[in-house]
Amino acid sequence: MSLLADNVDTAVATLAASEQPNSRIASASAARRRLAQWWVLVPLAIMLSWAFLPALFTGHDPITGIPADKLLAPSTEHLFGTDHLGRDVFSRVVYGTRQTLLTAGLACLIGSIVGSILGLLAGTAGRFADSVAMRLVDVILAVPAFLIALILVTATEPGPLSLGLGVGIASIAAFARLVRTEVLRVRSRDFVQAALMSGGKYFTVLRRHIIPHVIGPVLSLLAVDLGAAILAISGLGFLGFGSPPPTPEWGLLISEGRQYLSVAWWLTTLPGLVIVAAVMLMATLGRTINKAFRF
Amino acid sequence: MGGYIAKRVGQALLVIWLAYTAVFIAVQSLPNDPVTIFLNSDSAADPATIAQMKEYYGYDQPVIVQYFSQLLGLLRGDLGYSLSSGSEVSARIGEVVGSTLVLAGSAFVVAVVFAVALTAAASLARGPRLRNLLLNLPPLMVSIPVFWLGLVLLQLLAVQLGIMSLFPDDSFLSLAVPIFVLAVHLSAPIAQVLIKSVQEVGTQPFVDVLRAKGASESWIFYRHMLKNAAPAALSIAGITIGTLLAGSVITETVFARAGLGQLILQSVTVQDIPLVQGLVLLTAVVFTSANLLVDLIHPKLDPRIITASSGSPRALAA
Repeated sequence: MSLLADNVDTAVATLAASEQPNSRIASASAARRRLAQWWVLVPLAIMLSWAFLPALFTGHDPITGIPADKLLAPSTEHLFGTDHLGRDVFSRVVYGTRQTLLTAGLACLIGSIVGSILGLLAGTAGRFADSVAMRLVDVILAVPAFLIALILVTATEPGPLSLGLGVGIASIAAFARLVRTEVLRVRSRDFVQAALMSGGKYFTVLRRHIIPHVIGPVLSLLAVDLGAAILAISGLGFLGFGSPPPTPEWGLLISEGRQYLSVAWWLTTLPGLVIVAAVMLMATLGRTINKAFRF
Repeated sequence: MGGYIAKRVGQALLVIWLAYTAVFIAVQSLPNDPVTIFLNSDSAADPATIAQMKEYYGYDQPVIVQYFSQLLGLLRGDLGYSLSSGSEVSARIGEVVGSTLVLAGSAFVVAVVFAVALTAAASLARGPRLRNLLLNLPPLMVSIPVFWLGLVLLQLLAVQLGIMSLFPDDSFLSLAVPIFVLAVHLSAPIAQVLIKSVQEVGTQPFVDVLRAKGASESWIFYRHMLKNAAPAALSIAGITIGTLLAGSVITETVFARAGLGQLILQSVTVQDIPLVQGLVLLTAVVFTSANLLVDLIHPKLDPRIITASSGSPRALAA
């Protein structure tokens, strides 16, 4: 599950090394090709609408099942089969999207906002701020994401809020490092020096000259991080630290299916494929954003 | 060199101390002390018992005294007492750490071997189609949840084919499959970084010179590119230690193996805070030491690390 911060670090490394657009001359075919790069948005939009309008995609109830229909293999009626209570697994996956995405979104929001502020401070507020921020990041990195979430769950109670907070704190490190690197890259450029020398104030220079250049990589990491958070949260949900049953949540779905491993393969296999697809799509989106924003 | 080592060791100690302090503050900022939280579910516990237990475990002391006595204990390797069993935290960790070390250690070795093999295959592959397939393997491996891969393999090998048991016995497969599951997840980031840096090294002029002199592709790869790409992969391998632990917990749960993972889950479920605290500190120490080791090996692989100036940024408007 949680490669998380570490994983995201790799993603940053990978993203930073990804190729630049090879031609600046925009022809019609190039524009079409550029548009085609964003194909990934289509499946993601479908998944997002699962979260907001689940009833559009399935006619079955995710909570109450039909006991007579228990443990049916996948068919056209039940795409992912049914579980031990006769509930349609596909509708549980669709209804579970909201829970999983909300928790992952909360985590990313915390990670990106706090991480970006730390990174900006580290890159612009002098050596002392840099040392303090970077040691803080080291500490966050030293305790695995997974354990940070577990501490919060121990101290409070299992639930989406403590999970999101825990996973979010862990992802601060990746954002802080990325933003710091990008700021250092930008601030040595002539236009920043010029803005400073012509009397620009700290916040003005930050807002008008530095942040616009940093926003692309941050958005790209945000996409990758959302995928990583989904992975981490479904892993913790699998261990039983997410929402309590019968709320459908992706990790919980798989852990429920685990008891029927020997009779119903579809209970674990098919929801898992949805997680793999979601995480890969987010990673692809991250790469696409990165390509579009590189200058 | 001596200065470099001293600086790195100092930084590592600082990080461990900060981690200890952060965990301590987190525990102190809870609405209740660990004993009250632990006994919360036990309605039979009367205030007198709670007070007695607090005194016994030292939670009635002033905060500052607790901070230093626990820190002193940590320096001596004493992590305090587990509330759920009454035995020492270090003893409880010691009971199960062996099994996890075997799993995590082997998985790490397998992951590194697998990452190097994948990189070699992708770099030396003849057809572009095969190469693309291999290059897309690491992103896929990162996206697969550990618990899901474990369950699918159990389903396939234990239920469908019947060649392994659902619960751990001493057979080869019941150790090899968990190691494989963990290694797949772990090798993905290492392979990703290794492939990228091999590609970067490949663009440097000295590779063209080697090729012009008639060196074979595999000679160039093993003797020159891999050697130059190793430092980057080493750093990422150090960072994956944290992942390794999280992955072990889940793998142990899926395959019903005893180990640190089970202990962590137990201690969280019964809200045994001193035990959780000890486990977190242990992880922080292991992670920091592993990365210290990486930092110390680094200059041996790439002497430029030390000579490069550490450019800490100046203030923006200063």
